[in-house]
Amino acid sequence: MLEIKNLHASIGDKEILRGVNLSVKPGEVHAIMGPNGSGKSTLSSVIAGREDYEVTSGDILWDGQSILELAPEERAHLGLFLSFQYPVEIPGVSVSNFVKTALNAVRTARGEEPLDASAMLKKMREALQLLEMDKGFLSRSLNEGFSGGEKKRNEIFQMAMLEPRLAILDETDSGLDIDALRIVAQGVNGLRSPKASFVVITHYQRLLDYIVPDVVHVLYKGRIVKTGDKTLAQDLEVRGYDWIKKEVE
Amino acid sequence: MNDRLSAQYWLHEKELTAYSSESVRDRRRSAMERFEAVGFPTVRDEDWKYSSLKPVLAPHYGLRPPCAPLEDEHLEYKDIKRFLVNELDSYRVVFLNGRYSSWLSDTTHRGFDVCTLSAAWKKYPETIDRYFAQLTEKLGPLAQLNTALAWDGLYVVVPDNVVVDRPIQVLSFTTGTEPRATQIRNLVVLGVNAQAEIIERHQSLTDHPTWTNAVDEAYLAAGAQLRWVKLQHDGPEASLTQHTRIQQARDSRAQVNTISTGGRFIRNNLDFLLQEPGADARMLGLTLAKGKQLVDHHTLVDHQAAHCTSHENYKGIYDDGAKGVFNGRIYVHEDAQKTDAYQQNANLVLHERAEVNTKPQLEIFADDVKCSHGCTVGQLDEDALFYLRARGIKEPEARALLMLAFAEDALAGIDHPSLNAKLHKLIAGKLGVDLTLDL
Repeated sequence: MLEIKNLHASIGDKEILRGVNLSVKPGEVHAIMGPNGSGKSTLSSVIAGREDYEVTSGDILWDGQSILELAPEERAHLGLFLSFQYPVEIPGVSVSNFVKTALNAVRTARGEEPLDASAMLKKMREALQLLEMDKGFLSRSLNEGFSGGEKKRNEIFQMAMLEPRLAILDETDSGLDIDALRIVAQGVNGLRSPKASFVVITHYQRLLDYIVPDVVHVLYKGRIVKTGDKTLAQDLEVRGYDWIKKEVE
Repeated sequence: MNDRLSAQYWLHEKELTAYSSESVRDRRRSAMERFEAVGFPTVRDEDWKYSSLKPVLAPHYGLRPPCAPLEDEHLEYKDIKRFLVNELDSYRVVFLNGRYSSWLSDTTHRGFDVCTLSAAWKKYPETIDRYFAQLTEKLGPLAQLNTALAWDGLYVVVPDNVVVDRPIQVLSFTTGTEPRATQIRNLVVLGVNAQAEIIERHQSLTDHPTWTNAVDEAYLAAGAQLRWVKLQHDGPEASLTQHTRIQQARDSRAQVNTISTGGRFIRNNLDFLLQEPGADARMLGLTLAKGKQLVDHHTLVDHQAAHCTSHENYKGIYDDGAKGVFNGRIYVHEDAQKTDAYQQNANLVLHERAEVNTKPQLEIFADDVKCSHGCTVGQLDEDALFYLRARGIKEPEARALLMLAFAEDALAGIDHPSLNAKLHKLIAGKLGVDLTLDL
């Protein structure tokens, strides 16, 4: 469903992605690992349509169609979701209103009726339960004063509400203690289905103990330099990234 | 224009002061003389540096004798309905071209007075003598002009320990087939522990240029509480210059919300005189300006006594070629120890041609005080915008949502849900989106 072909992207004069190839099929979980500065977050931003990056060559296909010309919101309407590494604090907008607005924007764009208040509330309750979150959370200002763990849970809460076809989790494990990690993983696993795909971007292997990937890629210097199964992640945990760097150079 | 205005006074002084004490007449007379001596302010005056009155004064305004009754002008309730907060059970004082329109009003004298200045000249000359123009002597020429020529406006006098049971909506409409200039004078006197709430709106119903020059004097005795919402959402040819001055005794509280979203030219002067310990002043402002709008806020908190608090938060969003001015002056007198003053002015400038001039002006002569201030001028946060869009919210809505969120705390302290809803709707409309968010 997602196919990335020889993707090159730069910010200013600096080329960050130098020919990424990736193919994610429905129901698959892919992990993208790599040392700091390898281009992991750039990749997720480019897929989501952030305009600061310029795609200089290559393509991103969604169900066989290029999405490079689509605005971020149009990509979201297709069913793409990005869980942000650093979710933005927006004082004055409550979590529930934000999620309502987002979900109804997506539904309207797909030609569906907006959810009525009771259906919306029911859906929110279920999502909250999945993430072991309190109802009081809904009335708080979006991410304002949230702990690191709360921010990440809020991302997964939104994902549960939006039910994307493909979700990119950008360093969702960073800054999480083990309990928060378990809850976040439980949220993701609860959404796994033969139709939903995930790209889990992470520096460490520990999240992958909970969200077990089908495929593991190593991104280094803007390219995927190694692909394997979940044992690759375990290797990296034990041996670090140096052996990969040596192999490549 | 100056000569015509001055002629208006001298020709009609007798009517203007028919029911007044000599002292009041002298106040009016010297006000006119002060206006004549200096004329209208120009950009050479420090206080008017960024706000030229030229376009406001350019039209040839039709001037009617200041005390003349309404002529053939007439408004029906249906004409004004949409400018009211209808869901709010309130007193209503309506003016049409600067004259009281009893037809559309709902006033009272039961236990307290909510009526008009034009009635009060005759009915309450002692109160007028005690309060009229006592706070405005040292103000600039526009206020002097108003002191000399004003005939009508809101008159609210509340005895000690009385709470006005409903908010007071005061609306001033301008109509007509020629440019029209109007003076409005509002007088509010709250006794010890008295409380009142005012919702004020000036509205032009004509395509011709209009200019309203208003002055408000408010006196708060010990423990009194005043809330005043100024909704400035006038038409594209309407100009408003207004000077509001509030004098506060011990432990009184005053809150003024100024929402400036419409009108070609708006100049607000808002002064709080904190004369006794424990007085608290809050001022919140929200400006949304685009096109060729100019919105100028000059505020003054005069901390004259110890242990007073003031809180000021003004937000502005400027688009296209709109221009904003914020000048926030806080003056802490030598004796005003333990003053706690806070001032914040934050602005979003959305277009390269838009501009805002912001200037905090703190003059502190006491040594044991807490004064903080900050001003920012920035653009919409691109990270936040991307975040919202990545969730499927379209760019215009995402922008509007961020602007609403930015504006939100400047609407604080407005407790009536119906007024709040009206303001949000109006703001969303101004931002060009149909947002039904209850933020």
